Amino acid sequence: MKNYAPKLRVDNPATLQTELRGGQFRLIAGGDWLLAEVSRLDSELNTSDMEHAREAIIDASAITAMDSAGAWLLLRTRRALERGNTRISEFTLPDRYISLMETMQRDHVGEALEPLPPRRSFEDLLERLGRGTMHVAHQAYDLLGFLGQVTIETLEAIFSPRRELPFRAVVHQVEETGLTALPIVGLLAFLLGIVLAYQGADQLERFGAQIYTINFLGIGFLRELGGLVTAIIVAGRSGSAFTAQIGTMRVNEEIDAMQTIGLNVTEVLVLPRILGLMISLPLLTFFADVVGIIGGMVMTYFSLGVTIPQFMRILGGAIDVNTLMVGLVKAPVFAFMIGLVGCFEGLRVERNAASVGKLTTRSVVEAIFLIIACDAAFSILFSILDI
Amino acid sequence: MRPEPHDDDLAIRIRGLLNILGGNTIHDHLDMDVRRGEVMGVVGGSGSGKSVLLRSIVGLITPREGSIEVFGQETREMNDEALSALRLRWGVLFQEGALFSSHTVAENIQVPLRRYTDLSERLMNEIAALKISLVGLPEDAARKFPSELSGGMRKRAGLARALALDPELLFLDEPTAGLDPISATQFDELIRNLQQSLGLTVFMVTHDIDTLRATTDRISVLVNKSIIVGTIAELLKNDDPWIQEYFSGARGRAALNA
Repeated sequence: MKNYAPKLRVDNPATLQTELRGGQFRLIAGGDWLLAEVSRLDSELNTSDMEHAREAIIDASAITAMDSAGAWLLLRTRRALERGNTRISEFTLPDRYISLMETMQRDHVGEALEPLPPRRSFEDLLERLGRGTMHVAHQAYDLLGFLGQVTIETLEAIFSPRRELPFRAVVHQVEETGLTALPIVGLLAFLLGIVLAYQGADQLERFGAQIYTINFLGIGFLRELGGLVTAIIVAGRSGSAFTAQIGTMRVNEEIDAMQTIGLNVTEVLVLPRILGLMISLPLLTFFADVVGIIGGMVMTYFSLGVTIPQFMRILGGAIDVNTLMVGLVKAPVFAFMIGLVGCFEGLRVERNAASVGKLTTRSVVEAIFLIIACDAAFSILFSILDI
Repeated sequence: MRPEPHDDDLAIRIRGLLNILGGNTIHDHLDMDVRRGEVMGVVGGSGSGKSVLLRSIVGLITPREGSIEVFGQETREMNDEALSALRLRWGVLFQEGALFSSHTVAENIQVPLRRYTDLSERLMNEIAALKISLVGLPEDAARKFPSELSGGMRKRAGLARALALDPELLFLDEPTAGLDPISATQFDELIRNLQQSLGLTVFMVTHDIDTLRATTDRISVLVNKSIIVGTIAELLKNDDPWIQEYFSGARGRAALNA
């Protein structure tokens, strides 16, 4: 649809005459006092001199059409005169507009809204900084509380005999977050393998060490990139879905319904998601590792002419099981972060649709931040442990 | 029989409206007239196409067949420009108010004003305050966001926005649904009062039999994909089973005898 902004039109342009003669203010209005004319009439009224009048006559009997905006101008003028201690000796209107004027006089308080002054002072900046800091601190505190709650509930679910793990729901989540993510994770890992092999070969060629491309690819992909990229994709794909699903349930009062029926929200909604993701993300990471290396293998075949048996032999010399494990051991931790943040933000959704969108965005950003921060922590840990 | 009203007196004239949605015929060659200055209530069972009718008239749904004239202009043959000009002459109150959630109530009311007029900022604020008090909201509602208002207040604010350009024709979709009886009664009075003092034509979809009794001049009943029009007294004499059930059921009798 195109956006036209037609002008409001009137049949009879509004007329306004004002005069001040011998202390008597006379206002004669005619024509169509409609919204379309109000802007012009307003500026004319503002320039008319009515301050020193002792008596005023408002004659609007020649008005042919009037709406509430036009009526407001007359009413405002009348009130301004009365505030200035001017006696209104005559106020005439066509009969058919009397009820409109009465309605407005009865209802309208007559005070215009004062727009809030823009606050851009230094104090305001400080205030916002403080509020922002406090918000982050509260968020972190609440997330920590949620972490504790989830941990306790998980342990209870595992060890307490009277409760059992929601097994079917967990399997469903593994399918939802793992199986259906295979195509996108595979495609991106494959492309990343190609890019990495190409860039590696390009740079290492300067030292005549193209063959180390394979070492670079194997170690880089298995230790860091495979896990990181998979986790980031899953954060965008499943973390956001967790927040949106739980958030929508919150908007629909489903969560409240669960609580009144006596279902444990953490057990029913949160645990299956987190546990499911903790199972599927390591599997996805392994899959990404394999596909990424195949991507690199294809690229080295075409750019360096390395055959598949050669590639395998060199790769076998460059990596061992530990290289793979170092990458895989991080995946459940990433999964826990994604699931925790996704569910946490979902449960914080307020009962309006806008809040779902806002918190979903926030959940993805926070999850990715936590993934990268965790990855850095792991790097430090591994370097201390000399792995 | 009343004489057929002259076309100039009609705000809305629908002829042969055919709406088919998802394979279901909703309106089967339906005819309807709404006269200028009257309050027309539209009732019907769930799924009888009340809201679809409203949406067809305001152009949110394109009907399969038929003609819809608003103020004597055929809406289906209009170009965008003419349709925009026509939109200035009507206001629509949606079921939940449909306020823009990122704007305050006052800003919501000013959205149509900013688009179609060049009023000064001061006058714009005055008019927003005027509409807010006309629909019976407290003054401090102006600066509140829709999420801070109750359901009834949101509807009032939606009505204030619908009235922003002082339209001649007002469409109301279930204006009292979800309101408590006291708020609903107040809303009925408000609509009747505004309709009389602003000289509005009102097209109102409703389920609420009290609202029908309190505000409408005539009622259109959607039954069997078609329409039966009349005053309450006339409809009571109609022997259509749905209409009998509707007006003579326990709720109907209680409301009409009140």
